[in-house]
Amino acid sequence: MTAATGDSLKKRLFKNRWLYYMLAPGVLYFIIFKYVPMWGVLIAFQDFSPFRGFWSSDWVGVEHFRTFFGEPQFWLLFRNTFILAIYNILFFFPLPIVIALLLNELRVEAYKRTIQSLIYIPHFLSWVVVVGLAYILFTTEGGIVNELIAQLGGEKINFLLSNSWFRTMVVGEMIWKETGWGTILFLAALAGVDPQLYEAARMDGAGRWKQMVHVTLPAIRSTIVVLLILRLGSFLDLGFEQIFLMLNPMNRDVGEVFETYVYERGIQLGDFSYSTAVNLFKSVIGFVMVLGANYFAKKVGEEGIL
Amino acid sequence: MKTSIGSKLFDAFNYTFLGLYGLATLLPFVYVVAGSFTSPQEFITKKIVLFPTQFSLEGYRYIFSTEVLLGSLGVTIFITIAGTAINLLFTCLMAYPLARKDLDGRRIILLGVVFSMLFSGGMIPTFLVVKSLGLINSYWSLLLPGAISAFNLIVLKNFFQQLPEGLEEAAKIDGCNDLRILWQIVLPLSLPAIATFALFYAVNHWNSFFQAILYINDNYKWPIQVWLRQIVILSSGGLGDSAVFDSNYIVPPGQIIKMAVIVISTLPILLVYPFLQKHFAKGALIGSVKG
Repeated sequence: MTAATGDSLKKRLFKNRWLYYMLAPGVLYFIIFKYVPMWGVLIAFQDFSPFRGFWSSDWVGVEHFRTFFGEPQFWLLFRNTFILAIYNILFFFPLPIVIALLLNELRVEAYKRTIQSLIYIPHFLSWVVVVGLAYILFTTEGGIVNELIAQLGGEKINFLLSNSWFRTMVVGEMIWKETGWGTILFLAALAGVDPQLYEAARMDGAGRWKQMVHVTLPAIRSTIVVLLILRLGSFLDLGFEQIFLMLNPMNRDVGEVFETYVYERGIQLGDFSYSTAVNLFKSVIGFVMVLGANYFAKKVGEEGIL
Repeated sequence: MKTSIGSKLFDAFNYTFLGLYGLATLLPFVYVVAGSFTSPQEFITKKIVLFPTQFSLEGYRYIFSTEVLLGSLGVTIFITIAGTAINLLFTCLMAYPLARKDLDGRRIILLGVVFSMLFSGGMIPTFLVVKSLGLINSYWSLLLPGAISAFNLIVLKNFFQQLPEGLEEAAKIDGCNDLRILWQIVLPLSLPAIATFALFYAVNHWNSFFQAILYINDNYKWPIQVWLRQIVILSSGGLGDSAVFDSNYIVPPGQIIKMAVIVISTLPILLVYPFLQKHFAKGALIGSVKG
């Protein structure tokens, strides 16, 4: 519709008035539910009281941050959050890549499609169902895993109520739920590889392993890097719902992370300003991490996302 | 073509390994579905049941004798239908103008949308907004705060942009306004994309749990996922509490009830999954390439 460019702004606004009417609900939505809360982050620097409201609550500067950094709780949260995040990158992140590479080697199409359909399913289940399944399978009171252990003559293990199993369970559930779904992007990247490249490699005498190293992996390299940057950017977002659901008084020492702490202090105890400060601290670290990862990716010759 | 022994060994390993992985995603369901249909006697004596020999509906009968769980199922169905309708309406209405390149102010709005994906106010400020709007304990608190997914919006905008411009101009000349063009020309052409978003949004609503924890205090308004947590994870959902559950039936073992609740709350997803599957791979790809 290039005809419009010659008209004056007023004329164009009138001409497109229907388009603006259509935009209005969406724009209002973003303002109310996205931008007002962004502005609301400023209560981290206030002693916000719901009765006095945002405009007349007292400003206290960085006091809440100072309190938070001085608390013993701070290091516990810091440690738990980082360990879980590192476990996620180390154990969960590479798996979709490996599985996609293996799926790519399947030559029987029907078999490949069946496996794919199966492994995508868990992604569509809620975290409540996934954690619920884990509770049913792993409980000491008649859960199949512990019954098997018992029948094989072993000692029942309290997977759900112990400090030592919490991280394994959390990462394991993540792997079960999201690995299959994670393969989609890599499979798409793999489908885009020019078959002639494989042919040429074969002519040069490359076996399957060499083909993978020299053709397949370079083809998905940039996808891996972009996803890794995105992952690092949300490094500290551990999937709040899952951890919230897995947390119980028995595993709090290793399970409490920034986000669950925000919920407890903010929603349950009503410390709005303090918990917003905790959340802001977490967001800032996340933001710095995405910038750092992006910078690093560009350094090593990848495109990055920004 | 000749294949080396190493290559054959790898194939054997690969087919077996991926087969086992597929089974590992399937087995928990088989166990839970089988368990939920097992008679209490068989369940207690055998403990591990993958195929029930004594078929029984005790668990389900127990659930359907309770008003609370049935009510929550109704809430979830309502939220899913109403929520998806609101999502689609809001998303389509906003995506279409943004797809029109000649629109003044389009860039700044798009920038605002993208920025909202990178930075958010977080749980507490959002909670305070919902609270100050008086939505606490109202179903609106489950419908409005997530009315548009910024990501879906941008994907749909890109999809609309690909449609040929000539269609719209022809309609304009015939005297259609933009709303009618969207409704009568653009949307019918985009049905596959809309269907994908509808399914994604619907699954989200069906699974939504934390919003209800945040915003709904009245347990008669809880969706099924919240009860699922109470019963399966906290084991304190009033199970065995005769004030909540009619005790006309013998109470089956907790495990069987838990399994039945899981089956009921998962069933709709597994039923739409085959339809979903046709579309989502494509949908996920449009999103990743253009997002």
